[in-house]
Amino acid sequence: MQDYLTLLKLKKLPTTWCPGCGNGLVVKALAQAMHELKMNKHNTVIVSGIGCNGRSAGYFNLESIHTLHGRAIPVAEGIKTANPKLNVIVLSGDGDLLAIGGNHLLHASRRKTNITVICVNNRIYGMTGGQASPTTPLNAKTASTPFGNEFPEIDVQPVVLANNNLYARSTVYHFDHLKQVIKKALLDKEFSFVEVMSNCYQGYGKKAGYMHPYEIIMDFKKNYNMSRSHKKELKKNEIGFVKK
Amino acid sequence: MKKKFKVLINNKWCKCCSLCIKFCPVKNLTMTEQGVKDSGKCIGCKLCERYCPDFAIEVQEIKK
Ligand SMILES: Cc1ncc(C[n+]2csc(CCOP(=O)(O)OP(=O)(O)O)c2C)c(N)n1
Ligand code: SF4
Ligand code: SF4
Ligand code: SF4
Ligand SMILES: [Mg+2]
Repeated sequence: MQDYLTLLKLKKLPTTWCPGCGNGLVVKALAQAMHELKMNKHNTVIVSGIGCNGRSAGYFNLESIHTLHGRAIPVAEGIKTANPKLNVIVLSGDGDLLAIGGNHLLHASRRKTNITVICVNNRIYGMTGGQASPTTPLNAKTASTPFGNEFPEIDVQPVVLANNNLYARSTVYHFDHLKQVIKKALLDKEFSFVEVMSNCYQGYGKKAGYMHPYEIIMDFKKNYNMSRSHKKELKKNEIGFVKK
Repeated sequence: MKKKFKVLINNKWCKCCSLCIKFCPVKNLTMTEQGVKDSGKCIGCKLCERYCPDFAIEVQEIKK
């Protein structure tokens, strides 16, 4: 058995997710990163909100809380305040963290609470049947935007950087890079935020014209380049991390 | 001597998504009625292990 699997509740597998869903890849990258940093049930807690991705926390072999929709960040801040020795990780979706939970992101970022937020951005509300989220691309057809999405997507990077926190971006295609930036964020001593571009074929990809989860993952390869600077904001098509 | 590898598939966790098959650079993996099959041509790159979203693959070197 591979060592990092000790960080998962194997009895709960297989996951409830659709075949090929990117959520499993993010769980794997985080579990491997935690394993390499010796983070485990004795020193780490994971908090999630609601959504397909929100179920991730429950697959980890440690104390976790599946909170109300949008409320993962304040619960995580409470845990960190009560017990500053713990590593506190928020793992949740784009809808959960940026729509209903967006206000909490503003304030945790302002307070620079020492937690790590991992936002799994599949550009959709996967769990409820594929409605547009704040990160759905302009003109994309979804269950709630049959004529195309009229609104531009939210850019979360400036919100995190406004208070000189660590912002990182990666994709499920760039698996080793994803692991590296997660480790970087976990070791950071202030508020840190990792945005992971992930694939939801069932809720987003099918309507967007993809034929298989593989095609969405390979689009990440085509559309994102690695940034070498850690001081400048990432461009729209860049992955990397920024800490000013 | 050239190294040899075997691909262990955990059928209890595999959801037959075919990502491993699509990522394999030497077309070693195929989908069958019984699930994903290893045809013995593995070069040990571990791309299938990395991209399986369901933790269902482990690639091992065959030691003689
Ligand atoms: C207060 C409240 N409003 C709405 C919902 C319905 N709901 C459940 S999950 C979800 C969106 C989840 O989207 P995201 O966070 O992107 O997760 P994904 O399913 O894409 O992983 C919504 C709107 C809810 N559970 N609670
Ligand atoms: S609906 Fe999308 S996000 Fe939810 S499990 Fe299926 S593929 Fe994953
Ligand atoms: S990638 Fe994993 S879940 Fe998908 S078919 Fe291969 S072994 Fe099965
Ligand atoms: S390790 Fe590489 S060569 Fe071997 S089956 Fe997996 S993807 Fe194919
Ligand atoms: Mg989502």
